[in-house]
Amino acid sequence: MKQPIISFEHFGFKYNAQVEPTLFDINLTIYEGEKILIAGPSGCGKSTLAHCINGLIPFSYKGKMTGSLRLGSRETKDMSLFEISKTVGTVLQDSDAQFIGLTVAEDIAFVLENDMVSFDDMHNRVKTAAQTVDIANHLKNAPQELSGGQKQRVSLAGVLVDNIRVLLFDEPLANLDPAAGKQTIELLDKIRNKTNSTVIIIEHRLEDVLHRDVDRIILMNDGRILADMRPDELLSTNLLRANGIREPLYITALKYAGIDIRPEMFPRNISSIRLSEEDKKKLQGWYENAPPSNPKPPGDVLLSARDVSFTYPNNVTALHNIRIEITKGEMMSIVGSNGAGKSTFAKLICGFERHSEDSLFLSGMDLSQYSIKERADHIGYVMQNPNQMLSKTMIFDEVALGLKYRKVPEAEVKNRVEFALKICGLYPFRNWPVSALSYGQKKRVTIASILVLDPEIIILDEPTAGQDFKHYTEIMEFLTELNQRGVTVVLITHDMHLMLEYCSRAAAFSGGHLVADDTPANILSQPDTISKASLKETSLFTLAVRCGIADPEAFISRFIENDRRERSR
Amino acid sequence: MTNIFNYIDRQSPVHRLTGATKLICLIFWTFAAMSSYDTRFLALLAVLSVFLFTLSRLRLRDVSFMIGFTVVFMLLNNILIFVFSPEHGVAIYGTRHVLFTIVGRYIVTREQLFFHLNLILKYFATIPFVLLFVSTTNPSEFAASLNRVGVNYKIAYAVALALRYIPDIQHEYRDISLSLQARGVELSRKESVIKRLKSAATVLIPLILSSLDRIEIISNAMELRSFGKHKKRTWYMGYPFTRSDFLAIIISLLLLLGSVFLTVVNKGRFYNPFL
Amino acid sequence: MKQFSVKTIVAIGIGAALFFVLGRFVAIPSPVPNTNISIQYGLLAFIAAIFGPLAGVLIGLIGHALIDFSYGWGIWWSWVVASAIFGGFVGIWFKKLSLYDGVFGKKQIILFNLYQIIGHIIAWGIVAPLLDILIYAEPANKVFTQGLVAGAANIVTTAVIGSILCIAYAAAKPKRDSLAKE
Ligand SMILES: Nc1ncnc2c1ncn2[C@@H]1O[C@H](COP(=O)(O)OP(=O)(O)OP(=O)(O)O)[C@@H](O)[C@H]1O
Ligand SMILES: Nc1ncnc2c1ncn2[C@@H]1O[C@H](COP(=O)(O)OP(=O)(O)OP(=O)(O)O)[C@@H](O)[C@H]1O
Ligand SMILES: [Mg+2]
Ligand SMILES: [Mg+2]
Repeated sequence: MKQPIISFEHFGFKYNAQVEPTLFDINLTIYEGEKILIAGPSGCGKSTLAHCINGLIPFSYKGKMTGSLRLGSRETKDMSLFEISKTVGTVLQDSDAQFIGLTVAEDIAFVLENDMVSFDDMHNRVKTAAQTVDIANHLKNAPQELSGGQKQRVSLAGVLVDNIRVLLFDEPLANLDPAAGKQTIELLDKIRNKTNSTVIIIEHRLEDVLHRDVDRIILMNDGRILADMRPDELLSTNLLRANGIREPLYITALKYAGIDIRPEMFPRNISSIRLSEEDKKKLQGWYENAPPSNPKPPGDVLLSARDVSFTYPNNVTALHNIRIEITKGEMMSIVGSNGAGKSTFAKLICGFERHSEDSLFLSGMDLSQYSIKERADHIGYVMQNPNQMLSKTMIFDEVALGLKYRKVPEAEVKNRVEFALKICGLYPFRNWPVSALSYGQKKRVTIASILVLDPEIIILDEPTAGQDFKHYTEIMEFLTELNQRGVTVVLITHDMHLMLEYCSRAAAFSGGHLVADDTPANILSQPDTISKASLKETSLFTLAVRCGIADPEAFISRFIENDRRERSR
Repeated sequence: MTNIFNYIDRQSPVHRLTGATKLICLIFWTFAAMSSYDTRFLALLAVLSVFLFTLSRLRLRDVSFMIGFTVVFMLLNNILIFVFSPEHGVAIYGTRHVLFTIVGRYIVTREQLFFHLNLILKYFATIPFVLLFVSTTNPSEFAASLNRVGVNYKIAYAVALALRYIPDIQHEYRDISLSLQARGVELSRKESVIKRLKSAATVLIPLILSSLDRIEIISNAMELRSFGKHKKRTWYMGYPFTRSDFLAIIISLLLLLGSVFLTVVNKGRFYNPFL
Repeated sequence: MKQFSVKTIVAIGIGAALFFVLGRFVAIPSPVPNTNISIQYGLLAFIAAIFGPLAGVLIGLIGHALIDFSYGWGIWWSWVVASAIFGGFVGIWFKKLSLYDGVFGKKQIILFNLYQIIGHIIAWGIVAPLLDILIYAEPANKVFTQGLVAGAANIVTTAVIGSILCIAYAAAKPKRDSLAKE
């Protein structure tokens, strides 16, 4: 029998600042060597639960704990934070903030330095850990010189140098490109097999985590545990969708086709699932019966880039001769590897970085003539990192800021702000300080603060990173509605399905070059582009191929049609 | 922007010394130069500094912008002293050899000029050495060095954190100001200076408040990785001493002793050629 | 709050980094040469009022020393020490100002400004000039004039920036049992 390593019994927690508890009656036992996935909508208390496990609650965040939480055989509240962190190693949600060292090597060495490991021993262990996560070539780099994916690896190595029994990851995949996300999951699996440690992963990207087997999935909502099951069991229920979590796409497709998912089918992974001939027939039948999609006619050119190149002051050339035209009223996406230059391109359009004359045009006008503010009257940009955009202390004021500077009358400001807050699911929090929100909630505040300005063209940098499916749907449906009213929408994203579902066109970036500009389905059917731009084909494609459907792309677009109809009910 | 301290990674005997050695030498050296006004001694230090500078394979071009600042600072300081106190040299050296009169009480004396000469020499005795330190010490080694010369490791780490977050804060300052501009706050050159200053404050408040939020997250991340667990800590960048390290420390200690010795011999900090 | 807690150490590091950035890149030249209107003292007073005297002293010391280092003219010790003393002086009163608990009313604004004015007078009117004379043997009337001009400018900027920061900080701090969905 395996030993329990973490056990919650009737556990609850209330932050001092909150009126209501954030966690209620948690009962959960995690055994040594298990691999657990915790899923749940944004703001439901996943990070809070993680903080209880790693000791930040009660040592750093103050509040009221009830019930019992044991680590091994001891109550965590009787232990010191140092004792706890000898057992539990944490990779926090915000990988920027936990990069403490001046360079990669020093950051990895941090825990060893604090444990007074000798100079030579430390250098050896850092080297080994860096090799395990494949970052050994960057040991001397500063955090500013790394991509998001590389930083994630450094935080992993920083936990791995110390032999730790429980590894806790809070959204390790947010902001990683599909290829890097896959690698990270494989890496976690490799580490677990090597060290036999217990692994706990908190993640919204369920399907991506299930790329490698996990033992159990804990489903949370509103501070409670709703389900604690093996993946095969959970995927056979409707609990995920009912709680606003996206289930793996192939599962949804099979359900639409009327196929009953049962644990014996091993539905946890697209390669493990067993489908009978009858099931395959059903899927083919559904595909043939679904109504066909109708594409939109193209409009006039709104924004055109003519040979845009850009080099940062540190001589990193982030963009090489980008030529692209964005037409009025379209909804397109920009995809590509971490560090490919997507955000840089958006920054050039908004004037956050200076581009050369005669390279960017808005409705035929040379953009280099305009200041940032003047461009902002036409173009709205939601930056990748919400912390860079937040400038007011209260949520309402933050969203109202742009309107106030545009001298919109008070009463109208209130209406428009409240409307934007509702769209983004933040209305109940309107009088809270921004600092009391979870990461996903903060991101939505920044989206609301741009939506409220009604721009002609809106560029969103990773709008759905760290969002749950319910809010994802709400935000995306609202954007679609805006788009139908003539607003041009550009989405920078790592979510392949988002691009397929909402965009008529996609541009793929790789190493600062534009490597493809086509319909999303066509882009994902070119293995060459997929590998260059670190993309990934969706499991729908794989499913269609497995079921002998001749035209997988048509299958995907019919799935999307159907899915939209089902969700808007 | 990242490289505020102008660290230049080259191969040279000076680069090979550990950070701690260079810090100790810097302390001894600046104390020696600060306490003494002996012209001969200052001249010796100045010559030595320049020699070390060339030994370290630095080029003037590498540090030209810092030299620019320093020269301006030095000139202004000299002018100010003369404006406020044209007889300062006379008061120090006790004699008065008039050279010529500019206007009113502004009479140039040999003593005053000699005082200024010493002041300038002081700059030449220290500045090249400071530039040397700044340009050959890896910022990563700096905190470890502070700890080794006796500064409490927590305080030394606070210095490391400052160095770590300066570039981040600069970036963030930019990002916040850009995103504010994009929401209608005009910060570009198209507005008057006063208005731009006011808007700058609009950027500073969120910058500072968000940095404070960060304090919480960073200290959590540090505690989760055992910071502050023991009374001591080791350093990844704390390289062991070699023979040349000891040699360098001994030489600079001798210079400091020399300076003390001269103060005793001259019966004061000033070397007085006028008596 | 404990003086040597990890939070205080981080506050010192981040505070010094902010002090540096404000002092080095946002400095506004004043009519008197060698003397800037420095907005960083508003920040220093603010952080000292939250985290206490140790943080105040060390942010002043480290931040100012780093600024001097980055210009390459060595460390002008007399002024560095004065910055540290100012930070420390305001920090002594952090319990009275109770900013960390998110309270900052009229009474605290007056107290905060009283402390910062006295702090600046001690630092720039007394400590900096005396050390200038002692260490660098500079003429007295020059250093006192320089100190007074700098001190007066610092009092004004601290009053503006420091007070605004304290008020904004207190407003953003969630009060006990105050957050409920509406
Ligand atoms: N330090 C805090 N003080 C007060 N309330 C907090 C604090 N941190 C989180 N909360 C509240 O607790 C709730 C749960 O937050 P938590 O960060 O655990 O969510 P989450 O499930 O991790 O969400 P996400 O997926 O967006 O990261 C939120 O409603 C948030 O407002
Ligand atoms: N401020 C900057 N200074 C210097 N180099 C930068 C800066 N910002 C980005 N870079 C570099 O420019 C390249 C492109 O970065 P960019 O942020 O545009 O990538 P991205 O495609 O948005 O990546 P991600 O998907 O990780 O967000 C990267 O190599 C990055 O390291
Ligand atoms: Mg979270
Ligand atoms: Mg990006």
